Amino acid sequence: MTMPAETDATSPKHLRDKYAIVGVGETTYTRGSGKTTRALGTWAVRNAIEDAGLKPSDVDGVLSYQSGDSTFGTFIAGDLGIRPNFYMDVFGGGSSTEALVGMAMGLIEAGMCKTVVIFRAMNGFSQVRIGGTGARAAAPVSGDMLHSRAYGWQSAGQMFSLTFMRHMYDYGTRPEQVAAVKAIHSEHASNNPKAFYKQRFTVEDVLKSRIICKPLHLLDCCVETDNGTALVVTSAERAKDCRHPRTLIRGVVGRCNKPRTDMHYQHGPISTVAGKYARDILWPNSGVGPEDVDITGSYDAFTFTTMLQLEDYGFCKKGDGGQYVSDGTIRLGGRRPNNTSGGHLCEGYTHGLNMVIENVRQLRHDADDSCPVGPDGKRQHTYDYREGGCRQVKKCEVSANMGWANPGTGSAMVMRNE
Amino acid sequence: MATQATYLGMPLALDDLDVENVAYFKHCAAHDFHLQKCGACSLLRYPPTTACPWCANPKSEWVKVEGKGEVHSYSEVHHAIQPAFKAHTPYLILLVDLDTQKGKPTEHESLRVVGNLVTPDGTLAPPDMVRRVGIGTRVRMVFSDVGPGLAIPQWTIDEGAAQPAKPWRYPQE
Repeated sequence: MTMPAETDATSPKHLRDKYAIVGVGETTYTRGSGKTTRALGTWAVRNAIEDAGLKPSDVDGVLSYQSGDSTFGTFIAGDLGIRPNFYMDVFGGGSSTEALVGMAMGLIEAGMCKTVVIFRAMNGFSQVRIGGTGARAAAPVSGDMLHSRAYGWQSAGQMFSLTFMRHMYDYGTRPEQVAAVKAIHSEHASNNPKAFYKQRFTVEDVLKSRIICKPLHLLDCCVETDNGTALVVTSAERAKDCRHPRTLIRGVVGRCNKPRTDMHYQHGPISTVAGKYARDILWPNSGVGPEDVDITGSYDAFTFTTMLQLEDYGFCKKGDGGQYVSDGTIRLGGRRPNNTSGGHLCEGYTHGLNMVIENVRQLRHDADDSCPVGPDGKRQHTYDYREGGCRQVKKCEVSANMGWANPGTGSAMVMRNE
Repeated sequence: MATQATYLGMPLALDDLDVENVAYFKHCAAHDFHLQKCGACSLLRYPPTTACPWCANPKSEWVKVEGKGEVHSYSEVHHAIQPAFKAHTPYLILLVDLDTQKGKPTEHESLRVVGNLVTPDGTLAPPDMVRRVGIGTRVRMVFSDVGPGLAIPQWTIDEGAAQPAKPWRYPQE
């Protein structure tokens, strides 16, 4: 394929297409895995390495992210006989996936290791739930939390809603426009046999569901699930020996921030998110722009997060996000489908890693839907997107993933196929 | 010795080492709102920090700041996470632009102070009061007393101020 002229590249364009994601793997998305996070991580990493056509001994780097709710990489490595030349477990949830892919590229570039596995293992429903419910809701409040939790301002939905509400005020964004994100992702999930919620929802279903914290209805919020997810990064050269056609990494930006990271609401407009800053690194690094992208993976912790990021990364004019997510563009069969697996709203909650897995499979032209498998071992895609049908995007050469930690912090990555 | 108290079922703790927050809440306990003023660039900041977010200078002094402003954004919580908040739903989380230093150091910045909507005596607001407040509502600061040496700043409707004809509220009521 041809890529646009590589103009205005300000950062390491010499790494474009030099690294690849060669393996992806996950466990079943459940509520009640019946497994430890160690077992979930071990299975996910094992599946990703097998998908790459590699052996555990071919992997010598292990990265993971967590919030005190998972197992360290050394245990997973030990379980599978991996001897790491490098490992690191970082603190954090959303936005970590793309950031760690960038770190893996840097590690390999520095000669510290050769092939890196990245995993996220969590019992996000049956052990440590996302909103800080259960025992954590009664934990002592001290230090900087006295300025937040003391006000009943602690869950992700509560924390982010001030951004969401102000966007509606600043731009006239309508509840039914944002609800379309859930409706469309649920259509995608209905064609994903492994999605936790395969049921299709309408915009009206979302608006009729109970209010959690305005402007969020229950169905504006993602699911909580138990799962392990993993991917393998190596050099484009080594990727030639792996099982699948290469998925090349064009560019990454990791945990890029708005000003005032101590409390991002001190800097406005508060209806603008970190993507406004990250895009100035992502697109020059990748040598492509939003118009060149065929599919997106805009993080859907909430319907609003998908919209805000698509807007601030430049897929539409600032303020037009409501229109963009509700006019059919992001639907399968539309100009630029988003989260074709159903994402966090429907497939399962993994803090972003499953959205990268999905786009790798899309770029391989091998989305795991219900289409029949042909003699070459690949699915014979029909491009019939009706319920229970195909979810492979027909023209799919360039993808963009946009990870979200909070309105003030985000990461992103552009990948392409060959 | 650390300050400890219980507020709405939550144990709150303020460690002696946390000198910026200790100073902040000491003023709050006296129902007196103070913020740090940078010794170099003279800008105020919120919440308390060790150095100045605008110029990195570590020197600051606490100065009295008027607790008046306008609601910049809000969330109305119907599904509380902390158990003791459940009895008070729906409650409002307000992000308030203080009049002081609004639009400084750049047009994108203001001192945006978080709090709940409360009655003038500092109790979480009843539903009829919650329904009156939206973006643009003028509010004034009051305090919820938590325990000896600890109170938290809150917001109540500034009945003496000129209010917008209709504050902006979420469209689906």
